[in-house]
Order: sequence, then structure tokens, then C-alpha cells
Amino acid sequence: MTYVLEYHLVNYRRTWRSSVLSSLVLPLLTMLGFGVGVGAYVTGGIDGHSYLEWMVPGLIASTAVQTAVGEATWPVRACFEWVKSYFAQSAAPLRIADIIGGHLAFMMVRVLLSVIAFLLVAAVFGALGSLWSLTVLPISVLLGLSVAAPVMAYTASVGSDTMLTVLIRFAVLPMSLFSGVFFPISALPEALQWAAYALPLAHGVDLSRAATLGLDLGVGALGHVAYLALWCAAGWALAVWRYRTRLVV
Amino acid sequence: MTSLIHARGLIKRFGDFTAVDGIDVDVQPGEAFGFLGPNGAGKSSTMRMIGCVSPPTDGVLRILDMDPRRDGPRIRARLGVCPQLDNLDPELSVLENLTTYARFFGIPRKVARERAAELLDFVQLGERAGSKVEPLSGGMKRRLTIARAMVNEPDIVLLDEPTTGLDPQARHLVWERLFRLKQQGVTLVLTTHYMDEAEQLCDRLVVMDGGKIVAEGSPRALIEAYSTREVVELRFPDDQGSYVGKLEGVGERLEVLPDRILLYVTDGDAALAEVHRRSLDPAGSLVRRSSLEDVFLHLTGRTLVD
Repeated sequence: MTYVLEYHLVNYRRTWRSSVLSSLVLPLLTMLGFGVGVGAYVTGGIDGHSYLEWMVPGLIASTAVQTAVGEATWPVRACFEWVKSYFAQSAAPLRIADIIGGHLAFMMVRVLLSVIAFLLVAAVFGALGSLWSLTVLPISVLLGLSVAAPVMAYTASVGSDTMLTVLIRFAVLPMSLFSGVFFPISALPEALQWAAYALPLAHGVDLSRAATLGLDLGVGALGHVAYLALWCAAGWALAVWRYRTRLVV
Repeated sequence: MTSLIHARGLIKRFGDFTAVDGIDVDVQPGEAFGFLGPNGAGKSSTMRMIGCVSPPTDGVLRILDMDPRRDGPRIRARLGVCPQLDNLDPELSVLENLTTYARFFGIPRKVARERAAELLDFVQLGERAGSKVEPLSGGMKRRLTIARAMVNEPDIVLLDEPTTGLDPQARHLVWERLFRLKQQGVTLVLTTHYMDEAEQLCDRLVVMDGGKIVAEGSPRALIEAYSTREVVELRFPDDQGSYVGKLEGVGERLEVLPDRILLYVTDGDAALAEVHRRSLDPAGSLVRRSSLEDVFLHLTGRTLVD
């Protein structure tokens, strides 16, 4: 597994500069646009916090998801279709689990880098409460895995690029809008609240928000973690199954 | 010494389609063994089973005295695979393609770098070590893939159509390198639909058609068994079939193709003289040595290259 991670890291060496730049610019723009721009109209704040402070942890969780989805769609398809690196790997003494695990590990490196970039920008804006904010790092990895693993399985299953766009438009985008990143989930009709909590992001948002705002979720925190772990496990099982059908025929 | 690859009644089915239909194969250490056949004969499916990336549907398959169903990773650790379509990483440098691949075998970084440099020299790509893979020519990419297949010092190298799609010069360079490997005692298993490739490289080969093995032996022995010493090719300007009667008795055997007639004979020049003596005037004629193509034609009634 580490050998596969190593391969992806060597590959990443070529593009890391541009990706780090965009990891910094994106949070900067969103923070300016939403936090400062929209925040100016949300004068009362939310739950006793300024809109910027309240929204930043949501954006961090959302960033983790965006990065995970980004890495688990086109790059995965490239490994199957264009570069065919998965096929090269499966001819070596690697198991399917090594191939998936190594790639997932690399995706989590990317998730961490984006989240760290976001934390730096947020710190500059003074939107982070305490050092406890750093617990968003493990939370982001858990959230990232819970999204990346099932998306890898999905990408391995679909026959065209269009289906990746479909996933992003009809699953990832609505999830990003309705998972409590920009406004509290309680503002949604009840059915949509259920839908939001069926998907992983809302749980990641609640956990991240508790981390940066110093909220105590009690046992609820364990519930969120367990639910995300469930997505990870199911996603992993699906990915192993789908990869096996593609690579071992 | 037991055979490196041992198959009995090996079968591969995809749904209703039987790609490999009960083949028996034994490959000995140090041998260059070939699977010759047209596209769709089951060569690649056989190679994938040997490469432990495709479980056999039925039959016996032992590789390096292990069971591919159970010991896949252990077997693959000792195989080198050069697939039909290059799956090099175009974003990585030539050298990185070898070093990252070596790491998949758990080879220490330092050893990987040394070995990669040696192999690049061997495939005459030493000067391109730092360049990206993308702009390399087809022949260079294939040589790099062969080098990559050697990075774990494998016991068996599997080459699936090693020179398909390469220009003649590039092919000869690949053949020459493969011949060198063979001389070093590396066991080569290759598939091809080129007779000349099989003749050049293989000590022994099987001819496959429709998932079955239709003949087996050394290239020379196959030609001796299934063909004559020489072949006369005659091209007539009109319907080739109408000349069959007029050519009776000229050779041992005669094959009518859409564009030419093949006469299987011992002495080609004498046969051609006889054709002219019968006042037949082919638009073109050629006397040549018998090849594996003729063997294949004889066995299946079809030409090999389609």
C-alpha cells in the first residue's frame, strides 16, 4: 500500500505547486465572498457566533469533500482508462486492497493539504477560536475517506466521463448546499434535513464546527464519527468489489 | 526440473464465450515459448491467466510450481509483464517509470535506481532517463516497457505482442534486445501474430486458433511437418480459381487465396518452369521458403494476418 502511495506522491511532485496555490486562492475567495460579503448582511450572527466564524468550519468540511471527490473521479478514471496505471499495478505483486488503499492514502494527503491551506487562511482572518481547531484535521480525513471510497467505487463502475459530471451536479453540489455549510440545517424542511444527514458532509460539518467553535456535542459526536466510519467501510467494500471486476477478469 | 508453466485442460470463459478452450502447455526454464495465432485466438486470455490477473475458469494451471488462484502476489513477484498496450506513466520521467514500478516489488530505492539505470542502458534509453515518456516513439516506449518488466529480475517474462504496431526498424531493435535476454537465460513467453517474429525468437511454439492449440513444435519442425520446403506464389490477372485445374500435379499441394495461388513444392524454380511450360502466364510470381504462415494456412484454411 505504501508503495502505491509513493507512486502517487512521485506523480504529484510534478503538479504540487499549482495545486497548493489553488488550495490557497480558493478559500481566500470563498472567505471574502461569503464570510465577509454575505456575513455583512447576517448582522445577528448564528448561535452567538459571527457568520464568518460559524461558516469557516463548514467550508473546511466542504473543502475536504470537494478535494476527495475531485481526486476520486477523473484521476481514478485516468488510472483505469487513460494512463492505465491500475493495470500496471495489478501485474505487480500488489493486491486490490493495496492499489485502492495506496490511492486513498494519497487522496487523504491531498485532503490534508487543502484543509491546512484553509486553516491558514482562516487563521489570518481571525476566524479560528483556539488550538482545538486543529482537530478538524483528523475529522477532515475521516470525512474525506467516507466520500472518496464510495466515489472511487462509483468511478470504477461508470462507463463515461459524463457520469462523473452527473455525480458532481446531482449529488455533490446539492450535498454541499444543504449540509449546513452556509446556513443551519434546521432552516430546511424536515424531509431535506433527513436527506442532509443521510449523506456524510453534514456530519463532518457538525464535527468541524464543534472543533473550531469549541462546542460540546456529547455522545452526538460519537454518533457522527460512527456514521462516517460506516460510509468509509461500505465505500471500501464497494470499491474493492468494483475494482476487482475491472482488474481481475 | 519441473516446468515453469504447466497447464492441462486450461479453460477461460467469459459468459457464454469460451476464449481458451482446454489447452495443454509446458514451458521449460530458459526457453523462448510462443503463442502464435490470429486476433481472438485466445493468446491474450492465456497470457492474462499466466500473469495471475485472470482466474482460470477450469483446468490445471501451475506457475513456478504455485497455484495462481491462491498465490497470485507471490507468483507475480517473480514475473515480468510487458502488456499489449503500453501502460507507462506519461507524466513521469523514463527513469521514474522504472523506479516507481520497482518499488511495487518492494525493491529498496537505491537498488531500484541502480537497476533502472542498467536496464535503461540495456534497452538503449540511457540518454533519455530524465525525459518524460509522452514524447517517446512507439519503439522507445515498448523498449521501456520491456525494461520495466525486467526490473524485478523475473524468472519469466511475459510479452503480449511485443512488436505489434512498431515500424520495421523498431521491431528489429526489440527483437535484438529480446534475443539478448534469451541468451542470458531468461525464460520468455510471448504471443504474436507475426510468423517472422515467432521464427526469430521462439524455440518452441503452439499455434492457437479459436481457443485451441492446433499444432505444437519448433518453428522448423512445424514447417517440416505441415508444409513443403518451398512455396511458389502465383498471381493471375483474373479469377484465381479457374487456374486450379491447369496447375494440377505441379506441386504437392495447392491453396487458392482471393488474390493469389500458393503452390507447395520441394523445388520452387522447377515448379515455376513447369508453370511456364504449360503456357500459363501469371501477372506475378514469387518463389520463397516456406513459413509459419503456410503452416497456419494449412491447419486452419485461413491466412494469419487479417
